[in-house]
Amino acid sequence: MTLFSLFPRRQGSAPRARERLQILLSHERSICGKSDLISVLQEEILTALGKHIIVSQDNLTIRMDRGAALSTLDIEVLIPHSSGMTVSSADRDFVKTLRLAH
Amino acid sequence: MPKVLVVTSGKGGVGKTTSTAALGAALAQAGQKVVVIDFDVGLRNLDLVMGAERRVVFDLINVVQGMAKLSQALIRDKRLETLWLLPASQTRDKDALTEVGVAGVIKELRKTFDWIICDSPAGIERGATLAMRFADAAVIVTNPEVSSVRDSDRIIGLLDSKTEKAEKGEQIEKHMLITRYDPQRAKRGEMLNIEDVLDILSTPLLGIIPESQEVLRASNLGSPVTLCNAASAPARAYLDAARRLRGGVVPMNIHGERKRLFVKLFRRAA
Repeated sequence: MTLFSLFPRRQGSAPRARERLQILLSHERSICGKSDLISVLQEEILTALGKHIIVSQDNLTIRMDRGAALSTLDIEVLIPHSSGMTVSSADRDFVKTLRLAH
Repeated sequence: MPKVLVVTSGKGGVGKTTSTAALGAALAQAGQKVVVIDFDVGLRNLDLVMGAERRVVFDLINVVQGMAKLSQALIRDKRLETLWLLPASQTRDKDALTEVGVAGVIKELRKTFDWIICDSPAGIERGATLAMRFADAAVIVTNPEVSSVRDSDRIIGLLDSKTEKAEKGEQIEKHMLITRYDPQRAKRGEMLNIEDVLDILSTPLLGIIPESQEVLRASNLGSPVTLCNAASAPARAYLDAARRLRGGVVPMNIHGERKRLFVKLFRRAA
């Protein structure tokens, strides 16, 4: 045992800071950058659907996931029974998923 | 061709105002005609850091609202003939700043100045978005510390989406300025190092300003650090950064204090 081992040097905290930032920012970039696109899409899809059926904003969900090789855009529309369309008995009548290459 | 530069960061207290004053003075020291504009309405400080706090009569809001002419609001620096200040209003509400008004002021300043440097307030509200709105280039001031790096990342996102240049589909020129850097602590792994910050933010580096007592001394005296003590480490780092802004190729040194021990002792005794 050397004298130095009695006073172990504290590990630098910078690598931990770097790692935490990388994880956090990869997540935040995926939300922040798209916020505008999502709201624009939401509005335009509602307008387009509105010509044929009544869909409220609550029944439209748009999600985007950016991956390294593949990004996905999920658009989910719940059509209520009173929409004037002939629909099946399930609550979730129409789910469409688009996959876009990144 | 005049250049509009925004000095921004998202996070407060990282050195935007210090950097605006130092870069503005450094460019003016090189003979460029420079105006520094304070966008921090209600919390102005650039006047104080520049030592012009007692000479403010009219401000940016007065000009935007047509209550004063631009020439009446501009304050010429007492030390440098080609350096001017356009102060922010201390009493008005920040909502008094309008996009049309700011556009008009910047357009007018482009006619006379080589550099129009906009000192952004912290945050991502109106003052900050208007400070970057008409910029050709941005200096992102970042401390090697997690919250500052995160906020810089957010600001970079805004620069790439909310500026007039970005909306036209053009690229805004971005420069990273790392301030309060302590090379010894970074070497020991106690502080994010330059490579870490550049890796995470992937933005080209404009300069590294070392942590130094000279920065506080300069603000105490109301003088940009490049004028207050041009030989000090932070001043040399800012002078290098200003040269790079003008397109010069300057090796990226981390400046240290040059003073020897006996000089320090002598100064203390004096």
